[in-house]
Amino acid sequence: MTSTTPLAGSAPASPEAAHGHANHNLTGFIIFLCSESVIFLAFFSGYAILRTSALDWLPPGVEGLEWRTPLVNTAVLISSSGTMVLAEQFKAREKLWLFRGFWLLTMAMGGYFLVGQAVEWSGLAFGFSSGTFGGTFYLLTGFHGLHVATGILLMAIMLVKSFIPGNYTGGEQGVQATSLFWHFVDVIWIILFLLLYVWR
Amino acid sequence: MTIATFPPEPPPPPSWTRYLGFSTDAKVIGIQYIVTAFFFFLIGGLLAMVIRGELITPAADLVDRSVYNGIYTMHGTIMLFLFIFPVLNGLNNLLIPTMIGAPDMAFPRLNTAAFWLVPVFGTLLIASFFVPGGPATAGWWSYPPVSIQNPLGHLINGESMWILAVALSGISSIMGAVNFVTTILRMRAPGMGFFRMPVFCWTALAAQSLQLIGLPALTGGAVMLLMDLSFGTSFYRPEGGGDPVLYQHFFWFYSHPAVYVIILPVFGIFSELFPVYSRKPLFGYVYVAVASFIIVGLGLIVWVHHFFSSGVPQWMRDLFMATTMLIAVPTGVKVFAWLGTLWGGKLRLTTPMLFCIGGLVNFVFAGITGVMLATVPIDIHVSNTYFVVGHFHYVIYGAAVMGIFAAVYHWFPKFTGRMPYEGLGKLHCLLTFVGANLNFLPMHPLGLMGMPRRVSSYDPEFAFWNVIASLGAFLLGVSIIPFLLNMLSSWIRGPRATHNPWDAIGLEWLLPSPPPEDNFGEEVPTVISRPYGYGSGEPLVEHQAEIERRLQLQEAAA
Ligand code: HEM
Ligand SMILES: [Cu+2]
Repeated sequence: MTSTTPLAGSAPASPEAAHGHANHNLTGFIIFLCSESVIFLAFFSGYAILRTSALDWLPPGVEGLEWRTPLVNTAVLISSSGTMVLAEQFKAREKLWLFRGFWLLTMAMGGYFLVGQAVEWSGLAFGFSSGTFGGTFYLLTGFHGLHVATGILLMAIMLVKSFIPGNYTGGEQGVQATSLFWHFVDVIWIILFLLLYVWR
Repeated sequence: MTIATFPPEPPPPPSWTRYLGFSTDAKVIGIQYIVTAFFFFLIGGLLAMVIRGELITPAADLVDRSVYNGIYTMHGTIMLFLFIFPVLNGLNNLLIPTMIGAPDMAFPRLNTAAFWLVPVFGTLLIASFFVPGGPATAGWWSYPPVSIQNPLGHLINGESMWILAVALSGISSIMGAVNFVTTILRMRAPGMGFFRMPVFCWTALAAQSLQLIGLPALTGGAVMLLMDLSFGTSFYRPEGGGDPVLYQHFFWFYSHPAVYVIILPVFGIFSELFPVYSRKPLFGYVYVAVASFIIVGLGLIVWVHHFFSSGVPQWMRDLFMATTMLIAVPTGVKVFAWLGTLWGGKLRLTTPMLFCIGGLVNFVFAGITGVMLATVPIDIHVSNTYFVVGHFHYVIYGAAVMGIFAAVYHWFPKFTGRMPYEGLGKLHCLLTFVGANLNFLPMHPLGLMGMPRRVSSYDPEFAFWNVIASLGAFLLGVSIIPFLLNMLSSWIRGPRATHNPWDAIGLEWLLPSPPPEDNFGEEVPTVISRPYGYGSGEPLVEHQAEIERRLQLQEAAA
């Protein structure tokens, strides 16, 4: 039950396919991710419209955003996509302990990003209600941060599941879905970084 | 596949109490959706009666002005988010799995959760009537700056509850959409390629894709609205650098496609029913199917036609006028396909067929006023008048609600195992058609004369048409009585339905009425021809004669 054509899916050959429909989970998840990306698109375009039409974009007394800490954060988050790919490769070669190790490393890197984000927030001279500049900044980074946290949670669940015997020998799609989600969160961050810190 | 193992006798019908619990069977969930939706239809309809009662005289004499604002806001919100969308999702649940030969939806538990969110946000919305300050009063579109006023300063107020309810409705709809799309893509019967799929499934796929693309934009916009309302941001506040028109973009980027989410499945219903009741194949099946996706593409790039008058640049007006008019082309393709189907057919004027014909007539009229509204100079003239209210009620009530009634009467025997009564059904159809036209036609002259919408008092020169509209509205109110009577009495003790009472062609009609919990189970037939093979004598599936003989034997034994 690794690959199924659309037709085979409707005439299930095995009883677990008839009940679990496990083979559809990834399809459903990809559809969901496409939809989720539209919320970010809405926020991005709202940001761009408000910013380009603003008379004074920066609130009084604010110089702009410091980009060095966020750049380190960005580097960590992007590399975590790499460690995740490594983890998946170890899983494919049935080296479960190496998989767990790299998976945990990916989680730690995500955690580092979140802490870095919190540190950045706490040092800022403007708040959520400081005009559209403050509003969009916290909205975008906060909403993205929520996705990072969700990604870490999903990874934790997959990690626990890896200890259930035999769970990852068949067509387990949770790991695949989680990694898709994580790459998605990374790509979104790259766009965010460009919009928030690089766009002058 | 061996026919010999086809279950010889269906198990005894399960108890009706399964409709009250967390079932994962799409057929139970479908009926739960539809019954819940009609419950809210009655509440929304009651509010409409109050609106029309107020408007029967020029003075604001029935309810207080601010109460009136709350009433039309809740009327629109309830009708859309708690009636139309849930009732359509109910039909999707009943029809998609049975039409494509799947045992259930792809994600049954997700399905349960999506349904149970409906009563949750419905209760939330109704509860907003009882908080200090009353329900939201900014209209169903909730435009700032009206929607971001919070004079009493409470964190929990009508508007914030409205936003929360709409957000929950969005989550429920996304859960549904993921489920429907996955089911259609992955669970079709052997042999059912896309171009052998019934048009209802095509239109459901198209409509649910629109949900997936459009809804998140509304959710994003609504989150920002809540922040402005409750947490002091200024995304939409000009005084803080924000832009109220930005909200209109977010809102209509979803809510224009939303009208196609509503009407596309109704196109699907027309395309299913006209062939059955004229005994001819659907004219231009491939074009009708594909036109759904052309409508999806165009439907995503017309949203600005809802606020031509909101200070948008001229190039935008021109562009969106052109795209809006283009959308009449794929729509026209469908209308002509239906006419081509009816042409020369052996028409059977059953209740569902009458509802379809009435719905088609109303839809064509609404299409004409729609193209008028797409024309920028006309739109600026009648924007925010009763002309708009008349136009969208022709679509929503005249076409969509009539199409939904047609579907309810047509598939009622399949899913309840009982026949609805024809006499009551025809009475219901007549009252609906006459009531809707009496109610909504006068709104057009009113709008052209300049009567604004969302007012509880008006200039006496508008009185004549308003009285007629109100009479039509009360007739519509009465029309629900034969419907409810029919549904209740035929469900309880109507004549038993055979597996195919209308002589229709389709996988769902090769199942017993009502179908067993897992539909075809392991015995999914292989589809060997296009749908709607009326008059061709060609079987739809392998071993069709065998399957039908078995169903007849079962029915004879019962
Ligand atoms: C008995 C049937 C109905 C009657 C008499 C009725 C009447 C009205 C009237 C008079 C208004 C305008 C209120 C105003 O602008 O002052 C209105 C608004 C509206 N109606 Fe209906 N309606 C009916 C059914 C429906 C249905 C079935 C739907 C949708 C499925 C619907 C959706 C709406 C919407 C979205 C609005 C706009 C609300 C707003 O302006 O915020 N109506 N209705
Ligand atoms: Cu529109």
